Amino acid sequence: MNDLQTPPPIPSDVCVPQPAFSPRRVLALMLRHLYVLRRSWPRLLELMYWPLVQMVLWGFVTKFFLGHSTWVAEAAGVLISAVLLWDVLFRANLGVALPFIEEMWSRNLAQLFVSPLRDAELITALILMSLVRTLISVTPAAFLAMPFYDVWVFELGLSLLPFFANLLIFGAVIGITVAALILRFGLGAESLCWLGIFLLAPVSAIYYPVSALPEWLQWVSLSLPSAHTFEGMRGVLFDGVFAWDHFFWAAGLNAVLLSAATVFFLHMMKMARVKGLLMQQGE
Amino acid sequence: MNADASCLNSSTASNAVPRERDMNMNKEASPPVIEVTDLYKSFDGVHAVDGISFSVPAGQTVALLGGNGAGKTTTISMLLGLLSPTRGEVRVLGARMPDERHKVLGCMNFSSPYVDLPKRLKVWENLTIYAHLYGVRDVKGRIAELSEDLELSNFIGRPFGDLSAGQMTRVALAKSLLNAPKLMLMDEPTASLDPDTGDWVRSYLERYRERTGATILLASHNMSEVERLAHNVLMMRAGQIVDQGAPTDLIQRHGRDNLEQVFLDIARGTTSGKKGAAA
Repeated sequence: MNDLQTPPPIPSDVCVPQPAFSPRRVLALMLRHLYVLRRSWPRLLELMYWPLVQMVLWGFVTKFFLGHSTWVAEAAGVLISAVLLWDVLFRANLGVALPFIEEMWSRNLAQLFVSPLRDAELITALILMSLVRTLISVTPAAFLAMPFYDVWVFELGLSLLPFFANLLIFGAVIGITVAALILRFGLGAESLCWLGIFLLAPVSAIYYPVSALPEWLQWVSLSLPSAHTFEGMRGVLFDGVFAWDHFFWAAGLNAVLLSAATVFFLHMMKMARVKGLLMQQGE
Repeated sequence: MNADASCLNSSTASNAVPRERDMNMNKEASPPVIEVTDLYKSFDGVHAVDGISFSVPAGQTVALLGGNGAGKTTTISMLLGLLSPTRGEVRVLGARMPDERHKVLGCMNFSSPYVDLPKRLKVWENLTIYAHLYGVRDVKGRIAELSEDLELSNFIGRPFGDLSAGQMTRVALAKSLLNAPKLMLMDEPTASLDPDTGDWVRSYLERYRERTGATILLASHNMSEVERLAHNVLMMRAGQIVDQGAPTDLIQRHGRDNLEQVFLDIARGTTSGKKGAAA
């Protein structure tokens, strides 16, 4: 080891005033997860695997229904589009919750919270990582649907973007809520990552219209941005009309729910500071 | 964007402090880097920290010494803003913790064997991420400096999880030095290291403090480490500071030959000690 006789100079520019919100810190946190992703082919494969399997499964179901169901026959891509958009929601949720859990698994959370990283930057980085993971996840399945089943999900055209954005944000809302609960209750609650989203699946009207639900459940369904988004998707595929009312409902509900989830997360952070949870995380 | 300016007001940045056992000499020259007043922390009615007060002047190394459960890590957690006090006040570099932590977190750093870096990431990747989080301007240059200084170059391209305990400690030390902190909080910095590596880390910390004037607060079970590094020792038991002073003063006051004997006296309650006043 060095004999310490000739110490290097200490740079004078490193202990500097810190901005209240730093895109650089957001990117730094994203970099932490991108470094892991870029050389871990099993992780990349896992991201792409389920959407592909779902697409193949529902592709065959669609083929069968095309000959037996007038509803599906009216819009051949309705099930496959629903499958892919459902995966956007599912992956967006996991894209926020899993990187957060990963910090707990690696006992890195305390290091992050004694750095200048702000809570808002953490949430922003998690949402952006969710976007990255979701794109990696659903893009191959979306392109393979064409040669496999002659379904071109991009025929939704520009309307695909607001559907995608609304589902991404709603997935992030669920992910942030789950991350807050895991912070509070520890890694024993990590299965909430999967449970939470599947609890909402039946009332999100993914594969059937909201009208298929009992009336009392329709109200529950219509309080979710996901149900409005899938209704909007069917509007484009069946009628060729972009339903602005569903879009605005989804966007408005997302704005309210994202604010609520953020407040809940910050509250749980405060609780974690009171209860001493930030130093105790890990397996 | 708004910028917090409090860091720059601290007087700890560039005044190298000569090795000096008398803490009071420096106390008059600059405001304390750490000021703890009547601090309590309870978990479900159990007092982990029970009404402690102390201050740490700039440029000093101060050790928190105590047995398991004495309240050392809880105290450090409150100094870092990771834990909210039940009562009392903690000021670090002038900022009230944890509410004003973002004013000063960029000027301090932390190392503990009980907190990891991501194991799958390579050493240079970990250091790059934290360099960006701390706003280091010349990321590559700073990592290269620390790599040379701490001799990381042989394993800087390896995943953190593949390293030996000694190598991990050096990487953790590099991470805690990325922002050239004015205040370093170290929880058992040489735990589980072999004597040679432990000695090297202690030498490094000693030299770092001498040449930068940084303030170091360390929690340790290693008595020789504390005797060697610390200007002042805060002896803790059951959440309280039961005695404090320079290591030589403590040894003399307790009529013992070394700090380990003093520690055993206090840990076993065989001497009464004096409850801490401000250092």
